[in-house]
Amino acid sequence: MRRFVIGQAKNLIDQTRRRPRPHHNNIRLLSLLASDPTPVSSSRFFSDMTGSDSPSSLPVTLDSINPNVLKCEYAVRGEIVNIAQKLQDDLKINKDAYPFDEIIYCNIGNPQSLSQQPITFFREVLALCSHTALLDRDETHALFSADSIARAWKILDQIPGKATGAYSHSQGIKGLRDAIAAGIEARDGFPADPNDIFMTDGASPGVHMMMQLLISSEKDGILCPIPQYPLYSASIALHGGSLVPYYLDEASGWVLEISELKKQLEDAKSKGITVRALAVINPGNPTGQVLSEENQRDIVDFCKKEGLVLLADEVYQENVYVPDKKFHSFKKVARSMGYGEKDISLVSFQSISKGYYGECGKRGGYMEVTGFTSDVREQIYKVASVNLCSNISGQILASLVMSPPKPGDESYESYIAEKEGILSSMARRAKTLEEALNKLEGITCNRAEGAMYLFPCINLPKKAIAAAEAAKTAPDTFYCKRLLNATGIVVVPGSGFRQVPGTWHFRCTILPQEDKIPAIVNRLTEFHKSFMDEFRD
Amino acid sequence: MSLKALDYETLNENVKNCQYAVRGELYLRASELQKEGKKIIFTNVGNPHALGQKPLTFPRQVVALCQAPFLLDNPNVGMIFPADAIARAKHYLSLTSGGLGAYSDSRGLPGVRKEVAEFIQRRDGYPSDPELIFLTDGASKGVMQILNCIIRDQKDGILVPVPQYPLYSATISLLGGTLVPYYLEETDNWGLDVNNLRQSVAQARSQGITVRAMVIINPGNPTGQCLSEANLREILKFCCDERLVLLGDEVYQQNIYQDERPFISSKKVLMDMGEPLSKEVQLISFHTVSKGYWGECGQRGGYFEMTNIPPRTVEEIYKVASIALSPNVSAQIFMGLMVSPPKPGDISYDQFVRERIKISQKRYFNSKGILESLRRRARIMTDGFNSCKNLVCNFTEGAMYSFPQIKLPPKAIQAAKQAGKVPDVFYCLKLLEATGISTVPGSGFGQKEGVFHLRTTILPAEEEMPEIMESFKKFNDEFMFQYGDNFGYSRM
Repeated sequence: MRRFVIGQAKNLIDQTRRRPRPHHNNIRLLSLLASDPTPVSSSRFFSDMTGSDSPSSLPVTLDSINPNVLKCEYAVRGEIVNIAQKLQDDLKINKDAYPFDEIIYCNIGNPQSLSQQPITFFREVLALCSHTALLDRDETHALFSADSIARAWKILDQIPGKATGAYSHSQGIKGLRDAIAAGIEARDGFPADPNDIFMTDGASPGVHMMMQLLISSEKDGILCPIPQYPLYSASIALHGGSLVPYYLDEASGWVLEISELKKQLEDAKSKGITVRALAVINPGNPTGQVLSEENQRDIVDFCKKEGLVLLADEVYQENVYVPDKKFHSFKKVARSMGYGEKDISLVSFQSISKGYYGECGKRGGYMEVTGFTSDVREQIYKVASVNLCSNISGQILASLVMSPPKPGDESYESYIAEKEGILSSMARRAKTLEEALNKLEGITCNRAEGAMYLFPCINLPKKAIAAAEAAKTAPDTFYCKRLLNATGIVVVPGSGFRQVPGTWHFRCTILPQEDKIPAIVNRLTEFHKSFMDEFRD
Repeated sequence: MSLKALDYETLNENVKNCQYAVRGELYLRASELQKEGKKIIFTNVGNPHALGQKPLTFPRQVVALCQAPFLLDNPNVGMIFPADAIARAKHYLSLTSGGLGAYSDSRGLPGVRKEVAEFIQRRDGYPSDPELIFLTDGASKGVMQILNCIIRDQKDGILVPVPQYPLYSATISLLGGTLVPYYLEETDNWGLDVNNLRQSVAQARSQGITVRAMVIINPGNPTGQCLSEANLREILKFCCDERLVLLGDEVYQQNIYQDERPFISSKKVLMDMGEPLSKEVQLISFHTVSKGYWGECGQRGGYFEMTNIPPRTVEEIYKVASIALSPNVSAQIFMGLMVSPPKPGDISYDQFVRERIKISQKRYFNSKGILESLRRRARIMTDGFNSCKNLVCNFTEGAMYSFPQIKLPPKAIQAAKQAGKVPDVFYCLKLLEATGISTVPGSGFGQKEGVFHLRTTILPAEEEMPEIMESFKKFNDEFMFQYGDNFGYSRM
């Protein structure tokens, strides 16, 4: 036995040295991508496909890790991105080996990695709170705006002992939650309670927390839009629940039809699944639609009637680009319908990673939790407390985005100029890319009314689909890989977000800086033409 | 009437079962009292800055510059920032792609992971691979990620010391696994007896539990003991024999208050033991910026290092990390700074050392890196507790806590029952109401049946310590006067 163990260990070490490509993983991923007719249970059969060459003598190997971990997928940082990173490394050495000179990451909503500048006022306040000794120095006034200094003082006064290095209350610093609640109130015109705010390291941990509370087994279902941001599918898989899909209607601009919700709810019920919650992403990711207020009212009524928790992902609330649409929070819609705490359970997620601020690396966000009994609230608090608290600079920034400079403040004009500059540029980029995509043979693309993405539909020729099959890859992944290899542009295949079976898409962010957009359009157009020339039926 | 979407009855049972006492009933009551204007001494959480410890200047300067990188272009920046802080800020910004505002690699910035690996190598004398180091939002997030990968269902057991830091019990219940306790020997200064481990594993197996992993907290929380090298060897051997992953919680590695047992990492001991063990035992070690003389709890920075985890399992762990996108970038930079502080010859070096000594003398370390003041405070507390005849307390060898055993008289236990409280919760609540001292009852950490403790941090300032102990003793005397009787105390 001992000899066996040692032998196995040696194999393992050799494997480590060789660092093989994770073929097995890819196959697993790809079979998920290939077609996905029954998303509810699609992932379940992978657990018995995980037979592997891992040494079984070790306590933790692929064979013995949590099968829910194996099931979950997160394509935004998946296979294509790994290839892109390798290409980027290789580009430094073999400059002439590629028909492009840089990798352009359009896979992830990470604006500052693509040179978007942070809002100066926010960063001034954060710098002062990071190193509070600056506030005692006269020279600081030469380097910082007066209102950033005043704001830093105000924030520090709200932190017990002015200690930015201390754990805070597990829901976040009370004074900062007050500022957020005031911001919500100003936005919605309805009261917000700071005790309803749970500050989180980005919006994702809040979503995980709610999934944890809602999901006890695979019999618990969560209604999710398809296409969806894969955080939802991944989190549901990790918690062992069932994703109940509802399809957004691409032909009418990714509209959310209540009849579709009803149909899928009934369908799930007939399979013995108890649907617990409805996730809505507004503005949509990856689909970019902004819900109309009327539609939102119907959604609220649907949740109320069916007894579903409404999980409202509202992280793109500042990102609306079209004059005919406006962001309305679900809380405002529910309250304006006369529904209060007793009528609907609603969780609204907000993040500092999106909007015009785009502060992804800070990991800040909050959820506003309304319509739950106090015993459930206590449980949410308890789960939050196990992780002690979210990071303090993220908390400070979350309070700043919900209470930015006001008219009359020294920084107000520069703040507005920076904000408008970023948002109007995003709107122009969205328009340019959308128009360019719609000019391409076989591509149709809905406009990005909001959020940060375009999600064009590619009508792939049969020959291309056959070539993808031969390469054992999903057709849209095949297209995206070819795009990457030809142009250096990184996009995410639609299969990572799920889509109507038989349709193919990709998600492309609108985040590359504006001066790069024409070159991106050219490269994309050229690539697409040659792709179609190669595969046209 | 519509159905209630999520009521208590329909909550995930694992959530309801989870307990996290550090921020539980006592803490909430203390917060209420504070709101009412009562002076509260928070000794419930190891949160040094909340108790007045000042942050080190140099890392705060570097991070402030990273927060406001436009300062670096300002010709006047040199007026308020030293040149080495400016250089270091540029260095860390160059490791990011987009500064503090961009998601990093989901495992953390490669450049910082390299600095962590170099630190581990300097500490242990063995190579460390940055690819096997993941940065996290505090050590807790790392523990959760790893346990999430290990635990499949309630048949999977994790060996956890009792008393333990409740992160472990809470996370194991949240994930639906089974906590397999092994008891630390209070009478042997909270020693870890491998025979207890064997018994625990045998008993768990007889109940159909697959024991998958073993947690050690070294130095111990809440128990404060430091594991000896010989003890660590036994543990590693045991993990090898029983095929357990060892999870080494080493967040208190800088907090050592005696000379007999300096901190030694599990990784070093494992490597010292050589093959085959060094290639067989799977080990995951956790560290943080929240403890030590840094005490930067609010940053939420940490890392874990994996040893002997197969590459494809590492990829799965990477995938789970990627769903959270990335740990917060400013804490990653704090971690980089913690593992590579200013060196002799750097402009800020003298100030950095001065501050460290000041924190030391006031709070922790002397210039040799030994925590003089905390050692004194640990002594004052231990002696204070031991001078009460119904308390016994081991000396705090490391970490940040004192964990005295309280012998509660039957009348007190009776009164607690009537109040619907666990006896030590009852005692700690009374202590809080009477003195403002906010502690955590031992039941939150697990303890032997019928034995009661409380945990306090040893963090209050040294000059306040005698007064705190005075007020504690006064309370305890009154409590014993009220509930004591002639029938003796409950015994262990």
